[in-house]
Amino acid sequence: MAKRSIGFAENLRELGLLIFIIVLSVGVQLRNPAFLTLENINSLFTNTAILGILAVGMMLVLITRGIDLSIGATIAFSGMITALTVSRYPDMSPLLAIVEGTAIGLAVGMVIGVLVARFDVLPIIATLGMMNIVRGLTYVISGGKWVSSYQMSTGFKAIATGRTLGLNNLIFIAIVVYLVAAYFVNHNKSGRQIYAVGSNPEAAGVSGIPKRRLIFLAYSIMGALAGLAGVLWVAKFASAQGDTAIGYELQVIAACILGGVSITGGVGKLSGLILGTVLFGILSNALPLINVSPFWQMGIQGVTVLAAVLTNVMVKRNTERNALRRRAI
Amino acid sequence: MSDINFQEVRVSTAKPWSWKEFFFQWEWLLVVVLLLVILVNSIISPYFLSLDTFINTPATFLDKGFIVFPMMLVIILGKIDISVASTAALSAVVMAVSYNAGLPMPLAILLCLGVATLGGAINGYLMVRFKELSFVIVTLSTMTIYRGIAYIILGDQAAGNFPAWFSFLGWGSILGLPVILVFFILAAVIFGLLLHRTSFGRVVFGMGNNTTACRYSAVNTDRVTLIVFTLAGLMAGVTAIFLTSRMGSTRPNVAMGYELEVIAMVALGGVSTNGGIGRIGGPILAVFIIGYLSYGMGLANLQAPVVLVVIGTLLITSVLAMRVRFRQKKKTSAV
Repeated sequence: MAKRSIGFAENLRELGLLIFIIVLSVGVQLRNPAFLTLENINSLFTNTAILGILAVGMMLVLITRGIDLSIGATIAFSGMITALTVSRYPDMSPLLAIVEGTAIGLAVGMVIGVLVARFDVLPIIATLGMMNIVRGLTYVISGGKWVSSYQMSTGFKAIATGRTLGLNNLIFIAIVVYLVAAYFVNHNKSGRQIYAVGSNPEAAGVSGIPKRRLIFLAYSIMGALAGLAGVLWVAKFASAQGDTAIGYELQVIAACILGGVSITGGVGKLSGLILGTVLFGILSNALPLINVSPFWQMGIQGVTVLAAVLTNVMVKRNTERNALRRRAI
Repeated sequence: MSDINFQEVRVSTAKPWSWKEFFFQWEWLLVVVLLLVILVNSIISPYFLSLDTFINTPATFLDKGFIVFPMMLVIILGKIDISVASTAALSAVVMAVSYNAGLPMPLAILLCLGVATLGGAINGYLMVRFKELSFVIVTLSTMTIYRGIAYIILGDQAAGNFPAWFSFLGWGSILGLPVILVFFILAAVIFGLLLHRTSFGRVVFGMGNNTTACRYSAVNTDRVTLIVFTLAGLMAGVTAIFLTSRMGSTRPNVAMGYELEVIAMVALGGVSTNGGIGRIGGPILAVFIIGYLSYGMGLANLQAPVVLVVIGTLLITSVLAMRVRFRQKKKTSAV
C-alpha cells in the first residue's frame, strides 16, 4: 500500500510538472504571441538540448549522493581545446572534434572520480577545486584570447546547425544520449546498481556491489558528457572564451531537481528529467520574451531551485505521513 | 533541560608532554611552508624582505581572512558554506546603495552587517528546519539567490562615493599596524577563545564527531547550527566592509571566488573536511601562506588564472594530505 502511494505521488509530481509547463506556456503566449511559433519552439529545443545532455550526467552523480560543480569549467576547457585544434587544423572532421572534446571531458571526470571514489574527498571539495583548476587552465591555454567564428571551419560550425534525419543535430544528439541513458539506467546491471549505491551505500557495499567503481563511473560519465557539451556549445555559439558557461552547473542542477531527482541520492527518473529540462528551457527562453530584465535571471534561478527542493521535501514528508496513517488503520 | 557544562566533563585525556608530539604537528609544517613562501618571494623581489612590506602586505589579502574563522566552525561541524562570497557581495551592495540613498555611513555599515547576518541566519534556519536537505544544496541555492539580489539591486553598475574616513578601514593604520590586521588579530583571538575555551566550542567539536550523540546529551544542536551559520554571515559582512573600503566602490560581482580561497585556507590549515578536527592556529597560518603566495605570484607577473590553478590544487592536495595523516594516526592508535 505504502509503496503504491509513493509511486502514485511520483506520477502526480510529473503530472503537476506537465500541467505547470502548459500553464506557463499559455501564460507566456498571452503576453507575447511570438512564443508558440514553430521557429521559437525549434530554437527552444535546440537551446535546451545541451542542458538536457548535461542533466543526464548530473542525475547519475546526484543519484550517488554526489554533486558536480565543475561542469561549467569542463565545458569551457573542452570547448576551448577543441576550438584551438579546429582553428589549427581546419580540415579536421567534425566527428573527430566531438571525440576529442568528449575525451578531454572524460579525463577531467576521471580525475574527479578518482578523488571522490578512491580517496573519499567530499564531492563538493573535489569538484570546487577542479572547477578552479580547469577554469584556470582554460585561461592559461588560450592566453586569455577568444577563438572566434572566423577561425572555425564551416564543417565544425555545422555540428550545431546541420540536420540529421530532419532534426537539428543538437536535438538528435540529445535524443541519442537519452536513449542510451534509458537503456543504461533501466536495463543495465551497473545502471541499476548506481541507484542501490545512492539509496543505501552501506547496504550496497555489504551486498558486494562495487560501490567505488560505480561512483567513479558516474563522475566519468558526467565528465564525458560535459566534454561533449563543450564541443556542442562552442559550435553553437561559434566562439570559445575563457568564461564560457560560467555558473552553468547551477542551471543543470536546477533542471535535475525540478525533474524530481533527489539531492539526497537514490532517486531520479529520465521521464521526470526531460520534463524538468523542458520546464527550465521554457523559463530561460520565455523570460526575455516577456521583458524580464537579464539581471533578474540569476535570482529567479536560485529561487526556483530552492522552491523545488523545498516542495520535494514537503511532498515527501506528506506521503510518508499518509503512508504511516494508513498503516495505523 | 539545560546544556551540559562541557568544562566540567573535560576528561583527563591530556597526554604527557613529549618532544615528538610537539614537533610532529601540522602547524609546524605550515610554518615551514610559510617561511619557504616568504623566502621565494624575497628572491623574486628584493624589496619584499623589509619590515614595511611585510607588515603592510597583509592588508591586500586579509579581507577574506575574516570569513576563515566562521568557515572553520562550519567545517568542524561537518558542513560547508559556499554562499559566503555572495553574502559579502550582497551586503556590500546594500551598504553602498543605502549610503547613496542618504543613510548616514555608520548606519549603512550596520545595515551591511545586518543583511549579512540575516543571510547567514537564513542558511542556518533552512538547514535546521529542513534536515533532509544537505548543506550543499541549501548554500548553493542561497549563493545564487544572494548574488542574484545584488544584481537586481545594482544591475551592472558600480556604487561608491563613500566619505573619506571610510577608506581608513582598508588603508589606514593604528600604531604602525594596518587597521585590517588589527581587526584580524582581534577576530582571531575572539574565535580562538570561542572555539577552544568555551563550552560552545566543545559542542561544535562534539557535533562534528557525532551530532546524534550530542543531541541525546541534551545539546540544542539546532541552535548551535543556527549560530554557526549566522556567524558565517556576520563575518562575510565584515569582509564586505573591508573589501569595499579598499576598493572604494562596489559591484554585484565583487568577492567572486572567495568561497574557494576561504575553504582552501581552512583545509590547508589542517581542519578535516569530515568534521570534528581542527585548531585555530592552522587556518591563521594558512591565510598568510595563501595570501603571501598570491602576492608573490603577482610579483612574478603570473596572471590571475595561474593563481586559480594553484589554489585549487592546494585545496585538493591538502585534503588528500589530511587523509593520509589521519589514516596514520588511526593505525598508531590501533596498535
